[in-house]
Amino acid sequence: MNIAVELPGLALKNPIMPASGCFGFGREYSKFYDLHVLGAVIMKAATLQARFGNPTPRVAETSAGMLNAIGLQNPGVEKIIKTEVPFLASFSVPVIANIAGSTIEEYRQVAKAFEQTNQVAALELNISCPNVKEGGIQFGTHPQMAQKVTEAVKEATNLPVYVKLSPNVSDIVEMAKAVEKAGADGLSMINTLTGMQIHLASRKPVIANRTGGLSGPAIKPIAIRMIYEVKQHVSIPIIGMGGVMQAEDVLEFLLAGASAVAVGTANFQNPYVCKEIIEQLPYTLKQYGFNSVKEAIGKGIV
Amino acid sequence: MQQELRIISKQKIARDTVEMVLENKSISQVTVPGQFLHIHVQGHMLRRPISIANVDASNYTVTIIFKILGEGTRKLSTYDVGNKIDVLGPNGNGFPLDNTTQASTLLVGGGIGVPPLYYLAKKLTEQGTVVTTILGFQSKEHIFYEEKFRELGNTIVVTNDGSYGEKGFVTNVPDEVLPTIDRYYSCGPLPMLKAVKERWITVPGYLSLEERMGCGIGACFACAVPTDDRGGYKKICQDGPVFTAEEVYLG
Repeated sequence: MNIAVELPGLALKNPIMPASGCFGFGREYSKFYDLHVLGAVIMKAATLQARFGNPTPRVAETSAGMLNAIGLQNPGVEKIIKTEVPFLASFSVPVIANIAGSTIEEYRQVAKAFEQTNQVAALELNISCPNVKEGGIQFGTHPQMAQKVTEAVKEATNLPVYVKLSPNVSDIVEMAKAVEKAGADGLSMINTLTGMQIHLASRKPVIANRTGGLSGPAIKPIAIRMIYEVKQHVSIPIIGMGGVMQAEDVLEFLLAGASAVAVGTANFQNPYVCKEIIEQLPYTLKQYGFNSVKEAIGKGIV
Repeated sequence: MQQELRIISKQKIARDTVEMVLENKSISQVTVPGQFLHIHVQGHMLRRPISIANVDASNYTVTIIFKILGEGTRKLSTYDVGNKIDVLGPNGNGFPLDNTTQASTLLVGGGIGVPPLYYLAKKLTEQGTVVTTILGFQSKEHIFYEEKFRELGNTIVVTNDGSYGEKGFVTNVPDEVLPTIDRYYSCGPLPMLKAVKERWITVPGYLSLEERMGCGIGACFACAVPTDDRGGYKKICQDGPVFTAEEVYLG
């Protein structure tokens, strides 16, 4: 069974990768299994300077999901390049750097910094973090802004750029078309949906940031719908994500039009989940009559 | 590190408080006081971090004590003897057990922060350290393990409402009834830890922090704690949950 898939700048031996922010820089999960089995790894978001992030509590459980408002905590791009990228690269797995910023210039600088290493295969442009006021979401909800930042990053680097779209918009297709027009090599979707949970006893939002990003199986139908819609209007490939827990979910994303699939929240419940999905995927594809991953992409669109 | 533990006993030991004894060969051999298990509860997305209250290495058991605070812990409390639970662990660093057996050591626990101090008290007394323990609970019906702590050393129990022992907080216990303290270990709610840190500011101390966690292994940054007011931080699940009192900034 051929489960390899080719995306711009990414020759993936399988379509599975941990999603940004749910896998740190891989160190912790490397104690559970050999990260070489992964199709790729998407690193936690990098900003130019180190960021501490939001006050705690930063997470809350919901029905079939969770809210988080970490706030882009990271040690800054230089430190990531020095200590984290070489570690991940040692597993011979394509490394995708998620980049965030509060200005277009910051995005450019972070992108350039990653390009100077030869160990990053692609960039994921985070214009959709809902938890930081000046952390990218202002670029992710307006098509012209998304276009502008994508153009700037494309101009600053030769690395393939995957733009991570926010579902917190009224017209996802318009956003996708705007970044495709700006030269994006691919899309990554969806980021979390803004949500809130109120603690009854204290009568206050559970998350210190008040709102957080909803992830997990609760958002999977939204991700599937958005990918299904976007796929029909763009020609660049999509890395799909949102509530993937098992190989069947991966197939559903492929059918909706994703070419590769990222696994996020599920890693917290089961640290082996990516490895298990990779092992199971050939059987699931076969069960539903497919002989490769490529064969299944977009086949659910009617 | 991901393992299944069989429940061999379950007991309600105080109001909304459950003790479970779990059987597992490897965890029972390696756990140090202060570490926790990250427990998957069926039907719940996130695991629950629950501290280890006791270990019996010769019988291959670990004991957890948890308070029913929400849906996850409520569901866990319905698991029956013989059921298996899926855990990651033992996670975290644990309390350092110095060889300074001559030190006069104070343990300060509040509510559901009390359990990890029991295994700690056991280990400390085994090595010859004299421990004094202050335990704080909301009220009489929330008290657990008082007798077990008494077997290990002088133990003072206070309640917030005065329904048992002196009324007040753990930090209200007067100096006159305490020995001179060389070091302390504490676990409990954040306001209590802040008060403990202030009260014994000149004494070297260790605090065990709790926080809502995501991965529980250091990858997701959900449970970061500031180490100062300039952006430094530690991860509670991985660098902690035990920290020296001076290395964490409690606001």
